[in-house]
Amino acid sequence: MSNKVATREAYGKALLELGRKNPSVVALDADLSGSTKTKVFGKEFPERFFNVGIAEQNLMGIAAGLSLGGKIPFASTFAVFATGRAWEQIRQSICYPGLNVKIVASHAGITVGEDGGSHQSVEDISLMRTIPGMTVIVPADGVETSKAIMAMGEYAGPTYIRVGRAKTEVIYDDSYGFRVGKANVLKKGSDVTVIACGVMVPEALRAAEELLAEGISAGVINMSTIKPLDADAVIEAAKGSGAIVTAEEHSIIGGLGSAVAEVISEACPVPLVRLGIKDVFGTSGKPDDLMEKYGLTASDIKKAAKEAVAKKPRKV
Amino acid sequence: MALAVDSIKGLARMACTIRMDIVEMLNKAGSGHTGGSLSAADIVTALYFHKMRHRPSDPKWPERDRFILCKGHAAPVLYAALARSGYFPLDELKTLRRFGSRLQGHPDSRKLPGVEISTGSLGQGLSVSCGLALSGKMDAASWRVYALLGDGELQEGQVWEAAMAAAHYGLDNLTAIIDNNGLQIDGACSEVMCVDSIPDKFASFGWDTISIDGHNMEEIIDALDRAQAHKGRPTAIIARTIKGKGCSLFEGKVEYHGTPPSDKELEAALKELGGGK
Repeated sequence: MSNKVATREAYGKALLELGRKNPSVVALDADLSGSTKTKVFGKEFPERFFNVGIAEQNLMGIAAGLSLGGKIPFASTFAVFATGRAWEQIRQSICYPGLNVKIVASHAGITVGEDGGSHQSVEDISLMRTIPGMTVIVPADGVETSKAIMAMGEYAGPTYIRVGRAKTEVIYDDSYGFRVGKANVLKKGSDVTVIACGVMVPEALRAAEELLAEGISAGVINMSTIKPLDADAVIEAAKGSGAIVTAEEHSIIGGLGSAVAEVISEACPVPLVRLGIKDVFGTSGKPDDLMEKYGLTASDIKKAAKEAVAKKPRKV
Repeated sequence: MALAVDSIKGLARMACTIRMDIVEMLNKAGSGHTGGSLSAADIVTALYFHKMRHRPSDPKWPERDRFILCKGHAAPVLYAALARSGYFPLDELKTLRRFGSRLQGHPDSRKLPGVEISTGSLGQGLSVSCGLALSGKMDAASWRVYALLGDGELQEGQVWEAAMAAAHYGLDNLTAIIDNNGLQIDGACSEVMCVDSIPDKFASFGWDTISIDGHNMEEIIDALDRAQAHKGRPTAIIARTIKGKGCSLFEGKVEYHGTPPSDKELEAALKELGGGK
């Protein structure tokens, strides 16, 4: 049985660890610290923790000011509010002046579950990716979340990190070396490569195994940094396998699939099938049921992989 | 150190010089915000040439007081104060809004030393000022934060999120100054969306408030000193001002919110300001 950890839990623990190592680290929340797990940090460092109340715009502005004062602020709330409600504050007060603010947004995607469509951000990656100078990271599991948070101590500049509510499969062990902007090739494949992020990475691994049993060699890449995108890894996969599938728990508009499409359409056009939420809002339900409803399971990836392979030009 | 202009008369003369700089650079630029730059000239002069500790030769001096121009469209008044303080050559004022200039249409902290943070989108500066003041508190620093807001800007809801937070955190190292000129792009604030009573609003959010004539240098300085002496709460100075102050052509005229002086208007304005110098 595989071990399951919610990436938000991993965030809370890693933030505390980073806070212990680096006294400049401060945390902010907008009345969701129990859910985003910044409360763990706040308990040990009350004087470095600011709960600004239900005021996400102010959350981002105060984080910007703390950064100006030399702190390393981690601002957290639900992804839908962080990136939607406070988008312009992130643009104007954080990214335009190029401030070192880390936005770690939890409850991203449809795996929020029962809270329903109002709370399920399916646009956050797209909204953050479009802002000049913003780094966007979607960790695949708890281990990668910890590594990414710890890396933030040394990584300057505005960064958005997306974490989730639900417990999800752990695919890495502690030996994994995370680097911002570097894709992690989990499996090489000669027929097709699945480029995934977040909770779709374990699904992709499962799909690749099943495809292999059916005689299709599928590679799997964990593209945890959506921006700056590791274009070299995308091109190498496109050249090496001749077909690409992208998989993300996010709208197919503007997220990982779009970022990959931008690269391959210019640099190495090959058949591409994008899996994601097809321009609709989410709905209430259990995360697993929702993943099935929106076509985000290993079997959907398998189907997409076969579709991509079928689109490849036939060898003469 | 900043240019010393300590006497009230000297400060008034500097405010007049800054107004001349403002109308000249706006005329040269051919676009920009005349009224709200002129209304804030006395306040900004009092800060840069009397109240704030700062080092133009060392813009990032850690002990400096911080000024945040929340009403970023009044960039010309900030640029004139920075140039007159010695942050950059006076000649550069002529490059306002030009391609390649460090003097962007709205202040850009990545381009121009002395600008603490880029502003221009109204309603965001007070939140940033709160965060900065919080970091000062954490470090037990002696420097202060001065935030200059427009009165129309108070229509932005985020201002009140920040006002709530500043009082909650007891940010007595933060002074907000409201340039209460009563006008905004589309007309009188009272007609577009009434923001009165400004002192009552800040007071109810837990701030100390001081209401002054924003063109009376003695009152401005006295208010800034009193704000510094207040402990445990942030202070809002509500400075009653006249939009376009100093040039009768522009005074109280809403159409000069975002219109620069023509050559003819510039000539008249300089003559009038020169008389007051």
